[in-house]
Amino acid sequence: MSHSPALTAERLSATPPPTHRTSTSRRKQNLAAYLFILPFFVVFIAMLIVPLVYSGYLSLFESKLIGGDVFAGLTNYVRALQDSAFLASLGRMGLFFIIQVPIMLGLALFLALALDSRRARGSKGVRLLVFMPYAVPAVVATLMWGYLYGSDFGPIAQIARAVGFGTPDFLSPANILGSMMNIVTWEFVGYNMIIMYAALRSIPGELYEAAEIDGAGQFRIAWSVKIPAIRPAILLTVIFSIIGTFQLFAEPSLLNVIAPDAITNSFTPNYYAYNLAFINQELNYAAAIAFLLGVFIAIVSYIVQLSTQQRERRERGTA
Amino acid sequence: MTSIDTRAAVTVGAATGSRRAKRGYVPERRRSLLLTVLLWLLVLYFVLPLWWLLVSATKDNAALFSTFGLWFGGDFSLLENLQTLFTIRDGIFARWLLNTVLYSVASAAGATLLATMAGYAFAKYDFPGSKALFSVTLGAIMIPLTALALPTYLLFSQAGLTDTPWAIIIPSLVTPFGVYLMRVYAADAIPNDLIEAARVDGAGEFRIFWQVGLRLLGPGLVTVFLFSLVATWNNYFLPLIMLNTSELYPITVGLAQIQAAASAGGGSQALFSTVTTGSFVAVLPLIIAFLFLQRYWQSGLATGSVKG
Repeated sequence: MSHSPALTAERLSATPPPTHRTSTSRRKQNLAAYLFILPFFVVFIAMLIVPLVYSGYLSLFESKLIGGDVFAGLTNYVRALQDSAFLASLGRMGLFFIIQVPIMLGLALFLALALDSRRARGSKGVRLLVFMPYAVPAVVATLMWGYLYGSDFGPIAQIARAVGFGTPDFLSPANILGSMMNIVTWEFVGYNMIIMYAALRSIPGELYEAAEIDGAGQFRIAWSVKIPAIRPAILLTVIFSIIGTFQLFAEPSLLNVIAPDAITNSFTPNYYAYNLAFINQELNYAAAIAFLLGVFIAIVSYIVQLSTQQRERRERGTA
Repeated sequence: MTSIDTRAAVTVGAATGSRRAKRGYVPERRRSLLLTVLLWLLVLYFVLPLWWLLVSATKDNAALFSTFGLWFGGDFSLLENLQTLFTIRDGIFARWLLNTVLYSVASAAGATLLATMAGYAFAKYDFPGSKALFSVTLGAIMIPLTALALPTYLLFSQAGLTDTPWAIIIPSLVTPFGVYLMRVYAADAIPNDLIEAARVDGAGEFRIFWQVGLRLLGPGLVTVFLFSLVATWNNYFLPLIMLNTSELYPITVGLAQIQAAASAGGGSQALFSTVTTGSFVAVLPLIIAFLFLQRYWQSGLATGSVKG
């Protein structure tokens, strides 16, 4: 799990204090450091490592009516990899990731660059208002959009009817994925924008002021100076989006209440694992699904990081 | 492994102060009308749903379904709605609100303390194993927390801790990202000379942390605190599986429950205005917290994302 080059702050600018003291004070300092990290790692092991291992352990068993839990080897994994409901949910989230994440991050990047260029009036207000949905719980966001989507009394349908477009059905099986993409986009553009904006503000001005004096346009500067400079921050938002997408839960489970036909119990992998465990009582199989999902997310994140690294290396090779 | 860190590290020192002020050349900024219009149109997309929520909180159930959604209509029923909201089922909504505050403040305070101590140690001490342990922490950022929810639930139920506040608070104490952020922040917010000077003066390591370290970590602390606060405040999955007693629910699970009841019971339509008013009340505290503390979390985030 240590394969996170983008996040590895190996070369921090600050070095630890020089160590020219006697070995007793050195030992005292090491002891203090261990005591400082101890509470975090106690909870870390208890709440992350132990459940992870336990989940792996559970997934190797099968619950039989007679005989209780019996060791089943990889049976659950074989079943999961042949389970069309699980595979379809992964595919659905893959589609979600390919369509929604570029829209969300593209919008966030555009907003961050626009705010950083300071060419618009009321930038501060824009920044805060766009960020605001982040403070809204996913449950409330989904409830709210659920009403807004409503075909009878939702304001979108009201406006659409008033201008003669008829009544759009956002909650039909064909449209629900898009409607969910919209909710997630609404929730997280601001958050990603703030991460990118903060990174933009930290670019040393000299990097592009020379280009500005030379008369390079804002688009040119954004493309060839600013975006490359904040690539680590963009990568961070991509990784967070991968994790977020494949873990979607509140959105499908609340939309299920108002659109039961469109949201199946395996609409997202996470929602499927929940239904397997708590509705079907198939704990061992659910553990295998959750474990596979975790592995899948780790692999996708790793591939994304690797490809960015390779691209950077290629670019540096040509430069 | 890559050079992103060194490249990004160039301006971290400036991240805590006002960066733009340090730039010598300030070009004439031409305002662009087109960009201004475009940005504010985009803002509409983000604000209109919240505007709708505000407007809806002032409508009674009939007006909710008979008037135009984005403008006031019918009687002004905000006070009646609030009254209903806080009196249904013997005032359980207030209970949910209090639970949410309790769970998220306790989780955020604990998570911030743990992350700060660990981040400080990683930044300021060179102890055997620090690199390996920090790598493990970073790797854990990738672990999807929901993959852990099911086994955590089973472990808690064996320990008899499900259906108690601990089942929400303890799992929320782990924030690998918080440790990462605090390490980056502590690395340049606390000068090594200051620590050395305190040592020469005979201060113990813990006193240095409490009296020198914490004082300089303000914005970093606020950032980690706010973002863990939001994570717990907005969490739905964990409390949904951990809690059975509705007196223990946080507001997210509670609202989902009233919504389900409102959708299921055709006769109890009066509940819809309660759901919208409840949603409105649920989002207010966090929005206010973010507005008032923006100076801190924005500069705190700046440092973290630079190194990200």
